[in-house]
Amino acid sequence: MANVISDETIEYVGILAKLELSDEEKERAKKDMGEMLDYIDKLNELDTTNVEPMSHVFPVHNVFREDIVTHEDGHEDTLANAPERNGDSFVVPKTIV
Amino acid sequence: MALMSLTAVELGKKIQAGEVTVEEAVRDALAAIQSKESQIHGFVTVDEEGALRQAAKVQQLIDDGTLTGPLAGVPVAIKDNMCIEGMRTTCSSKILHNFVPTYTAEAVINLQKAGAVIIGKTNMDEFAMGSTTETSAYGETRNPWNTAHVPGGSSGGSCAAVAAEECPYALGSDTGGSIRQPSSFCGVTGIKPTYGTVSRYGLIAYGSSLDQIGPVAKDVTDCATILEIISSHDAKDSTSVEREDLDFTSALVDDVKGMKIGIPRDYLGEGLDAEVRDAVLAAAKALEAKGAIVEEFDLSLVEYAIPAYYIIACAEASSNLARFDGVKYGYRTQEYDGLHNMYKKSRSEGFGAEVKRRIMLGSFVLSSGYYDAYYLKALRTKALIKKAFDEAFAKYDVILGPAAPTTAPELGKSLSDPLKMYLGDIYTISVNLAGLPGITVPCGKDHKGLPIGLQLIGDCFQEKKIIQTAYAFEQTRAYEHSPLA
Repeated sequence: MANVISDETIEYVGILAKLELSDEEKERAKKDMGEMLDYIDKLNELDTTNVEPMSHVFPVHNVFREDIVTHEDGHEDTLANAPERNGDSFVVPKTIV
Repeated sequence: MALMSLTAVELGKKIQAGEVTVEEAVRDALAAIQSKESQIHGFVTVDEEGALRQAAKVQQLIDDGTLTGPLAGVPVAIKDNMCIEGMRTTCSSKILHNFVPTYTAEAVINLQKAGAVIIGKTNMDEFAMGSTTETSAYGETRNPWNTAHVPGGSSGGSCAAVAAEECPYALGSDTGGSIRQPSSFCGVTGIKPTYGTVSRYGLIAYGSSLDQIGPVAKDVTDCATILEIISSHDAKDSTSVEREDLDFTSALVDDVKGMKIGIPRDYLGEGLDAEVRDAVLAAAKALEAKGAIVEEFDLSLVEYAIPAYYIIACAEASSNLARFDGVKYGYRTQEYDGLHNMYKKSRSEGFGAEVKRRIMLGSFVLSSGYYDAYYLKALRTKALIKKAFDEAFAKYDVILGPAAPTTAPELGKSLSDPLKMYLGDIYTISVNLAGLPGITVPCGKDHKGLPIGLQLIGDCFQEKKIIQTAYAFEQTRAYEHSPLA
């Protein structure tokens, strides 16, 4: 495998991805990611000098609208989906210690 | 009466004529689901009560002459990544096991306005990541042609439900082939429209620059009819395109005289199953016999589409799926130590292996130091692929090829080697990168009796050309009902 993924890289990517992988999952992720990157490296065969990166196939522009309320108050339905709520608030673990 | 063996348009006609009531149609669908789900498992949620309630309402509107459209009163199943107000929407993921949307996807609203009756939500690969519907957190869907095989994916539930005749038609979504490949495996017809044609509002995002909603049904007439209804310009989707030419049913014409069809040689090479190749080339011959001009050509860059796709799709997925954090909706872990630990544990327990794999890869290719080498490189490759298609469409009206290199694999054979599974997307994936429309229609079966699909690709906004070509081809063969139909 040309791309060897280190433990540090997997740790770092786990932080970016907000995922906590078990040791077994980490080993698997190292192998999978290495293999994928080996495969992806095929793109290096292509000369893309002077080719602009294309995010969208069609030109995209900002879409503006008047700031008018179109949906009625749905806060009860929205809060009903919360794993934990307190009155009209979402409950999260303490963020400032 | 076996109403579910009819096409959606045929059933809609009977309802309009008063030969069948909406309730009868809905009860027929529910009975089919009841008797076949133990073998197929195409649905995550079946909404019996809601469907019967909608049926009564729609019947009234048909009776008083308000609803006169072709799909009024016809039951439909919706892939479980489209939000429907008040109906559980899971994306086949544990992380959304109890999520009840507060609004409805625009494509579904368009169907509801046309009098469609929603009977439930179909199974899929978790967050549409997969090609077999085996990554669903709620169990795999089985292929109605042979239940030891997968239905394809990610819209496997929608395609299996249509092939098993649990419902006349369904909506799917296609990010890298997720409508066209399972349609091919299940012997049904599916369209992935030009990017921007159907609003993505309310579609739970996977790869936003690639995702499109489209129809799955028994034939081209149904698909064109459904697409005409679900397509609309939507101010709520900033990539929605304003189009005038949404009268797709006007292309249901049995005439391909002078239609220029190109077959990429690159689509017929290594990795393509011989039986699939023969069936696809026989379809090309049938079109040639009807007056189409068919020739082979070199499309080029085909082998670069998959690596470019997995960089772009995973990058977008890692960003889109950051919203699932156990705070406002969905799964939250039981025990945690502080906010960040809660995020991490909720996500790690809530997402399945394939979703985590793609989030990890996406986070990596976007990370500082790798962004240029991977992400920007993929976007540059995408520009080259688009250019290759532009050159092809300067010469041809339609590109013809297989939808997938093989027929449906057996259950349990695909997930152990992700890279190999990804390679199965080779003929569908570049269509998403270039934003093009594509359609899959059945064109034969292999020696195991599994369906083979023909894919027709059009230039941007040229759905009508592929619909016309597919329709003309369809007239050369009868629709084959699956053994479980």
